[in-house]
Amino acid sequence: MDVGIISYGAYIPRFRIRIEEIAKVWGDDANSITEGLMVYEKSVPDTDEDTITIAVEAARHAINRAGVNPERIEAIFTGSESHPYAVKPTSTVVAEAIGATPSLTAADFQFACKAGTAAIQACLGMAGSGMIDLGLAIGSDVSQGAPGDALEYTAAAGGVAYVIGRENQVAKIESTYSYTTDTPDFWRREGMPYPEHGGRFTGEPAYFKHVTSAASTLMARLGTKPSDYNYAIFHQPNGKFPTRVAKTLGFSSEQIKPGLVVTRLGNTYSGSCMMGLAATLDIAKPGDRILMTAFGSGAGSDAFSISVTDRIEGIRSGAPSVEKLLANPIYIDYARYAKHKGKIKL
Amino acid sequence: MRDVAIIGVGCTEFGELWDKSFREIFVEAGIGAIQDAGIQGGKIDALYVGNMSGGRFIEQEHIGALIADYAGLASLHIPSTRVEAACASGGLALRQGIIAVASGYHDIVIAGGAEKMTDVDVETTTDALASAADREWEGVMGATFPGLYAMIARLHMHRYGTTKEQLASVAVKNHHHGTMNPKAQFQNEITIDTVLNSVMVADPLHVFDCSPISDGASAVVLAPAEVAHKYTDTPIYVKASAQAGGTLSLHDRKDITTLDATLAAAKRAYEMAKVTPNDIDFAEVHDCFTIAEICAIEDLGFVKKGEGGKATQDGMTAIGGKIPVNTSGGLKACGHPVGATGVKQAVEITLQLRGEAGKRQVDGAEIGLTHNVGGTGGTAVVHIFGRER
Amino acid sequence: MSVPRFWRRLKNLYNLIGTQCKKCGEYHYPPRNLCPKCRRSSLIVPYKFKGLGEVQTYTIVHSSTKDYEKHTPYILAIIKLDEGPSLTSQVICDHAQIHIGMKVKSTFRRLGEESEKGMIYYGTKFIPLEG
Repeated sequence: MDVGIISYGAYIPRFRIRIEEIAKVWGDDANSITEGLMVYEKSVPDTDEDTITIAVEAARHAINRAGVNPERIEAIFTGSESHPYAVKPTSTVVAEAIGATPSLTAADFQFACKAGTAAIQACLGMAGSGMIDLGLAIGSDVSQGAPGDALEYTAAAGGVAYVIGRENQVAKIESTYSYTTDTPDFWRREGMPYPEHGGRFTGEPAYFKHVTSAASTLMARLGTKPSDYNYAIFHQPNGKFPTRVAKTLGFSSEQIKPGLVVTRLGNTYSGSCMMGLAATLDIAKPGDRILMTAFGSGAGSDAFSISVTDRIEGIRSGAPSVEKLLANPIYIDYARYAKHKGKIKL
Repeated sequence: MRDVAIIGVGCTEFGELWDKSFREIFVEAGIGAIQDAGIQGGKIDALYVGNMSGGRFIEQEHIGALIADYAGLASLHIPSTRVEAACASGGLALRQGIIAVASGYHDIVIAGGAEKMTDVDVETTTDALASAADREWEGVMGATFPGLYAMIARLHMHRYGTTKEQLASVAVKNHHHGTMNPKAQFQNEITIDTVLNSVMVADPLHVFDCSPISDGASAVVLAPAEVAHKYTDTPIYVKASAQAGGTLSLHDRKDITTLDATLAAAKRAYEMAKVTPNDIDFAEVHDCFTIAEICAIEDLGFVKKGEGGKATQDGMTAIGGKIPVNTSGGLKACGHPVGATGVKQAVEITLQLRGEAGKRQVDGAEIGLTHNVGGTGGTAVVHIFGRER
Repeated sequence: MSVPRFWRRLKNLYNLIGTQCKKCGEYHYPPRNLCPKCRRSSLIVPYKFKGLGEVQTYTIVHSSTKDYEKHTPYILAIIKLDEGPSLTSQVICDHAQIHIGMKVKSTFRRLGEESEKGMIYYGTKFIPLEG
């Protein structure tokens, strides 16, 4: 199938909270946290932002970047673990807000941090087969970490949208492979405000096993090796995990550098890998090859082999880059952060 | 068309009247007016009552019937009509009553207004008042009523240099007048600092820039001018009754700092009464917020546009000044039971013109004007009264 | 705001879709059924605004109804859109930054919710044009 990325767009809320601010409240040692996680600050949504508003902004950026006619979008899938409604899709609000209604299908996805890449895969099938003209896959989250829990240091807010289609690709998706098992490393029960996780269990048996399996199997099938790629992006729950898995698989720190946004952003869950890919596409050159491997707890890993076309430079300035979105943040303290995140019951 | 006169007036205290229900307050005001006019209940031909939101405040509609019934007039089957235009409901009811008498359709008519705002919590009251603006396009975006007037104030300050101290001087003056009105909700003096140090509601308006939530009722008895002397030695004549509409939303206004409904109603009123703004001796204007009084004295033509702040600060509109405004204490100090205000203004003008205003008497008062506004200017009603026909 | 009432205005709120009278050329936001100039002879069509405008006046709301209390203090403003009409909305920016004449552009935000288990209302607010 000759199918790929036609356009992309990202959105990151303006507010940030530094690790030291959170550590102060819980009596943790900020230095060991930042060193251990390789995360220095994370994004925080405004009081009137949520997964839907972020998804809309990201989708609008994607539409504007390449001047896509929204009426050609015939499928919208949004992946998140913080959809505002448990029942009523984020994707229909996005559809209305970008002018894609009424001739389209839509649904919401959930698979922890890989819900967005699963949405990309669905669009690849539908657009690649000719069933639809264009598809829009979005990963958006205003991730929650329980107060005082380790996740609170990294759970961030952000969203990324990809327009998938056949003509005018800026990056071809050569192939995708997924490695999926029932591995309960992290979950959230219906009605519960915060997720549960298995501590160190989330490492080897979950993240590392699935990411390495997906990435190496995809490369084996394609007959490629790490040196065939200019860049690699791995799911970024913190800075340490992707750095370690890159090394294990044989990728260098230069290859993962542009995509490693988590240090300044935190983990945007469904948007995580997709944000790293957006940051990479912002600087990639025609002919560059990218390996992106997402991971979602529960557990699964989606690997993609991507090659950038010579159309990439033409659309670059149509929407803000990830660097632009990361610039000029507004720092807030824990009290304001708690108010924004709804941790204070009103 | 006949000339119309006010032959009697009645008014309750304004304030938080915990012990009195809605029915009790309008009966009190109505009886007061009838006794003042020296007429029998059986002579009343029709009732017009201003009430903004019986539905939200006391979950009661069909206010006209309720009032007639509890005034003991149900057996006389008189026509009783509730009139609504948000904060201008009272002024409108007055005008409807005047038109009824002027047209010859009715002879003795009671025009009154009543509002009971304290039976519900502050949240509900604030939300009910917000319905004076455009719910769908102002309310939904988070516009509060003080927020809308604050935006008028901000632009007025930007364009004309009006200061916060000048805004505050409106409240200080009206409170001073209120100390001389035994029916006023607030009868205490305040200072500029009181206003500026009070809690900020919507920048630049502080709590003391805003009129309060009040209960109260007022009523006047209207009669054809030609028979007024049968009832009273001091009939007060209606020289003009004018009403004008404007855009509901502030954002659709041609000039955000000018209530063109006031301009239009005032123009019609001056023409009808064959007077100019200079002929007006004193006035009761709509000071739902301090900025509203400043815009009012400009739009009514008492001062040039933009000079309202300075004029107030310089004392032009205090008792003893060139044109005393809001001798009753205005909405700020007398209180603002929404539907009652427009009629209370007429009560105050009448007392002044009769020489019965006690400590707050304006000397040599011959011609008075009332000005009542709905919302941010969707409706404006201007009346002019005089001692001579 | 009830469900049907909000739903009817969804597209207008999300996408800043107002109306234009083709007879006199005037734009309206909020949308109108009748052109105030042409009235009976109006030729009303929908029009999607660019979302660019300028702050005509503003206030900072400190005290609001229950629904908006958690957002106070917020900036309420009247914004004149490039095409002509003015609308009432909120501006998201540093409170020290807001000024009359500031250029703004539209953004998609949450307007409020009916209740914790009720409908969520989305719509358009504004942010400064530069960065």
